[in-house]
Amino acid sequence: MNTSLTAGLGLKPEHYEQALACQDTGLWWEVHPENYLADGGPRLAWLDAIRSRHPVSLHGVSLSLAADAPPDETHLARLALLVRRIEPALVSEHLAWSHWRGVYQPDLLPFPRTQQALARVARNIERTQEALGRPIAIENPSHYLHLPGHDMGEGAFFAELVRRTGCQLLLDINNVFVSANNLGTDALDYLDQYPLHAVAEMHLAGHHADPVHGAALLIDSHDAPVAEPVWALWRHAIARTGPVPTLIERDAELPPLAELLAERARAHRALCGTPHEELACN
Amino acid sequence: MQLSAFQDGFCAALRTEAPTPAWMDALCAQPGFAVYRNSGRKAALDALRANYPTVVQLVGEDWFCGAAQTYLAVQPPADGRLMHYGAGFAAFLARFAPAAELPYLSDVARLDRAWTEAHLAADAPPLAASWLARQPPEALGAARIAPHPAARWLWCHEHPAYSIWQRHREGLAVDTALPWQAEGALLTRPSGAVQWCALPRAGVAFLDVCAAGQPLAEAAESALAATPGGAGETLAQLTALLLSSGALCAPTGAEDPV
Repeated sequence: MNTSLTAGLGLKPEHYEQALACQDTGLWWEVHPENYLADGGPRLAWLDAIRSRHPVSLHGVSLSLAADAPPDETHLARLALLVRRIEPALVSEHLAWSHWRGVYQPDLLPFPRTQQALARVARNIERTQEALGRPIAIENPSHYLHLPGHDMGEGAFFAELVRRTGCQLLLDINNVFVSANNLGTDALDYLDQYPLHAVAEMHLAGHHADPVHGAALLIDSHDAPVAEPVWALWRHAIARTGPVPTLIERDAELPPLAELLAERARAHRALCGTPHEELACN
Repeated sequence: MQLSAFQDGFCAALRTEAPTPAWMDALCAQPGFAVYRNSGRKAALDALRANYPTVVQLVGEDWFCGAAQTYLAVQPPADGRLMHYGAGFAAFLARFAPAAELPYLSDVARLDRAWTEAHLAADAPPLAASWLARQPPEALGAARIAPHPAARWLWCHEHPAYSIWQRHREGLAVDTALPWQAEGALLTRPSGAVQWCALPRAGVAFLDVCAAGQPLAEAAESALAATPGGAGETLAQLTALLLSSGALCAPTGAEDPV
């Protein structure tokens, strides 16, 4: 684990200037590479500047690793250029598909976890790691559907991917919570079945209840503070893993950066409180 | 079931116009299916809204949303770079019957698109006046100067689309007595933010020739031909404009020492 990273925040254009000036210990920033796959211009200049002061993580959303097709080579080439430019501390993607037959569906779509799907996703991760010259971490998605046809649980699926490809994992605690709620399963059981040893990063985020279906259908909306049960689930996880770089995701209803930094400080303090030798703490 | 067959069926169900296989019915009936359909659609519409802000200002949210949903159905995003999404939106608006009452709307969309392209284009040092001044006059005509990678220019044949676009971008009132005439626009990004100015017809002609890789003498000829009663004064003014706005690219090795 890169011990100079504690808790991080998503970097938003609204906060570029303040982010550059921030000096909080252990702070790091995460972006969607898709927003920086430009040929030049001010947003890349900002990313360069912020990267010169803080570690940056690239969290991709459109590589579509679970599509039954190889990853798009043009996208991989662009991503590789950005990785060489930014030298990110972490690179991650999702266990989901989105780009299919030339059309990009801006979401993270589910699929039946079959042996065939496992082989396909493993090949796609291998190709990606080869193209980027480094391992990537794969995030567990939020679930909104009961899908038939799974050959294995999600934890077992991730364990096999790690074993076959040497990839890392990004454990999104809010997604674990939301999925368990929506599928009527137990979040603690999920963590018991999950290969925690391979986690390189964790995510925390807010959610809200669907306006029509209420609390039975939680939406991973990233538009609210992290809920207390999610904080509790995270503390349970890091008690087992030790401190892991943790990002607080907020993508909508953005408050002032000071508010996000305060939320981030809570995670930072918890990571520093967990017994570990060399953390970047005050 | 093959993963690809699942994905074909799932995509068909997301796009309500396409025929959906019967085995998807049980999934579509679950409350959670709407989450996927809605969030994907919202993300694409939000991207169009962000990429065409002046169009949104002109037509309002409701009208824009309706047009954008029609566009999304025929030209969904091709890849994950949503900051690029909507390359065909101006052409779509030109054919979109409800937009017929606003004949300048498509040209305003072209300008929004030009802004996006300028914003995301490669960095490069702009051509400096000092470089031009150093060239022997006899060699200058044969020089080939490329437009700056972030330069975008266009000519609106029928409407003062640039004035309409510029006023909205800058939060200014649009004169009710705006002269209804053709206009040209030049967007550049010599460093940092995208900037814009009006461009005479001569400027459009000049930059078109430069973009085609032809020498400056031809570009000058084309500029003069595009100006009624054209003369040297046109070229002097045009050169000053193109240099000050950073519309031209310094030839390799010709960057001025800082």
